[in-house]
Amino acid sequence: MRLENGLHLGPCSQIVQLAQKFNCDLSIRKGDRTVDGKSMLDLLTLAAEQSTVLALEARGADAAEALEAIAALFDRNFATDHPA
Amino acid sequence: MEVRRGIAVAPGVAIGPALVLGSEDFRIPQRFVRVDAVETELARFRTSLEAAVAEIAGHEELAAARLGKQYGAIFAAHRQLAQDPKLVKDIEELIRQKCYSPEFASSRVLRKYAKSLQNLGDRYFAERANDLFDLEKRILRHLLGERREELTQLTAPVLVLAHNLTPSETANLDTKFVLGFATEVGGKSSHTAILAGALELPAVVGVGSFLSDVSGGEPIIIDGNQGTVIIDPDEETLGSYRDAERKIRTAAIRLSSLGPLRAETRDGVPIHIYGNIEFPNEVEHCAQRGAEGIGLYRTEFLYLESEQEPTEQAQYDAYIQVLRAFPTGPVVIRTLDLGAEKFPHAMQEVIEATPNPALGLRSLRMTLHNLPLFKTQLRAILRAATAGDVRIMFPLVSTLLELRQAKMILGDVVEDLEEQKVEFNPKVKVGMMVEVPSAALLADEFAREVDFFSIGTNDLIQYTLAVDRANPAVANLYSSADPSVLRLIEGVVKAAEKYNLPVSVCGQMSSDPIYIPLLVGMGLRELSVTPQSILEVKQAVRSLTLAQSREILHHARTLDVARDVENYLRGEMKKISPDLVL
Repeated sequence: MRLENGLHLGPCSQIVQLAQKFNCDLSIRKGDRTVDGKSMLDLLTLAAEQSTVLALEARGADAAEALEAIAALFDRNFATDHPA
Repeated sequence: MEVRRGIAVAPGVAIGPALVLGSEDFRIPQRFVRVDAVETELARFRTSLEAAVAEIAGHEELAAARLGKQYGAIFAAHRQLAQDPKLVKDIEELIRQKCYSPEFASSRVLRKYAKSLQNLGDRYFAERANDLFDLEKRILRHLLGERREELTQLTAPVLVLAHNLTPSETANLDTKFVLGFATEVGGKSSHTAILAGALELPAVVGVGSFLSDVSGGEPIIIDGNQGTVIIDPDEETLGSYRDAERKIRTAAIRLSSLGPLRAETRDGVPIHIYGNIEFPNEVEHCAQRGAEGIGLYRTEFLYLESEQEPTEQAQYDAYIQVLRAFPTGPVVIRTLDLGAEKFPHAMQEVIEATPNPALGLRSLRMTLHNLPLFKTQLRAILRAATAGDVRIMFPLVSTLLELRQAKMILGDVVEDLEEQKVEFNPKVKVGMMVEVPSAALLADEFAREVDFFSIGTNDLIQYTLAVDRANPAVANLYSSADPSVLRLIEGVVKAAEKYNLPVSVCGQMSSDPIYIPLLVGMGLRELSVTPQSILEVKQAVRSLTLAQSREILHHARTLDVARDVENYLRGEMKKISPDLVL
């Protein structure tokens, strides 16, 4: 997690939006807590601050693609064409 | 009897029974439902949630279109919160398994999540709890169906008391039954206050917390002159207010005889008085009271009355309606001046989240960022201009480049219309509001590039004195009489004279009779005022001589604090025309 403000509302929304495009289950783990990657509330309450290490896990037919897409989102640090 | 003090925003006195509008705190009527009602209750929950989601999606679209994608994204996140499968599942489980009512279940679940956010110990995440509380309110509102219906079903006169009224709620008040209103929050120049003036409803805002002292139905007096709300007045107070009400009515009748008379000083200097309007139907008031035209047509309401951007045709129709009342007089149409404080309630939260809305993307800056919206309005104005003396005015111009950019876009629109062979008036005069100190200081330079100036004192004062006029804690620093403000206005008038440019004052300052001698003394010959003060301003003008007004200006210049200037001007007006001073 490189975002300065942590995994705040905007990035959570981006993750959920993307995750919902896939059929597989997606979970995100911080330490010993695992949350649903398709739930805004879960992601938000994870309160992942900058420099937290997060683990992505996907199960299902399109798991590989889902992981790749979400990882890419983290890689470009949630940048969009329209920076806020 | 209890007297509460607030900020007077629209003059007059109203006496009548209180109607308290529901506050934002919802009372949950019942916590449990019968087992056999669970399925219907679940369905009710889903319908309400869908409606809430649709509502957020509407705001999302509107915010994205008006303000840009990043604002839309904030609502997108809210929408996803509302659609969170976990949230929906949690609530539905409580309804199904524990027979909680949908209201109670929604509130419980959202508050549980909000609490866990608050407990994270991080400021950012703690603040996100507010997003969940918002969502709770929104869902509850849909479940309970509270849409302030009490306002649409009036059958008898009332005084409306509320925590806050949004501009659209204010505009939709049924003036047949609503005699006046008072709110806990709000400031002197908020949009709600301006609308109260336009509707000619006595109003007091910024009263502070007082609704808990009113149960509704008891007699109330709203004194829009003094800025007081009197709850349960005693007989004596009630009697003296009834007298005052009668006097105000008699004075109004006397003033109305001034309508057809010319607005000129006792020594024959003509002063052109125009009206400031918000809604097209206000032109009737202006025409009746003898205004020569419209000096400021605020077009924001076209955009605020529905949550959709008005079409070119809807705008054209509104402009034509105004022109019909003034087929020969000037009608100055100001392009969209939506400021942070004027947005629909739901969007306000987003804008307030930016640290400095008054210094942000508003008014001309906003339209320059939103060219399709800007061009649509300019097209409508240029087309309507075939029906009369229409002039275009750009608000909040702060640099020459901005002005040139706006004029360039106007040029583009002219070209488009020519190419499309649409009928329009290519010779429309283009002016600007002088309401930012930078524009006032560079008035000489601006004067070479526009056809007229209009001094917008409301913003000029706010920006010169660095006072947020809607903030009760500093509102006392806000004054039209501050020497710094007067000096800026004089500078603008001088620059206009030098370039032979028409200049008017259209802020609330010119609607207050005590400032008329000062403004006339400075050389102003055009005043644009609120419809309800046209006659008073006319009387002030007709009681003056030019020499007198120059003397008053000279003396006012020697005073160095706003309060002294104001007291002096009030004293002078009392000598000139005693019944114009309260």
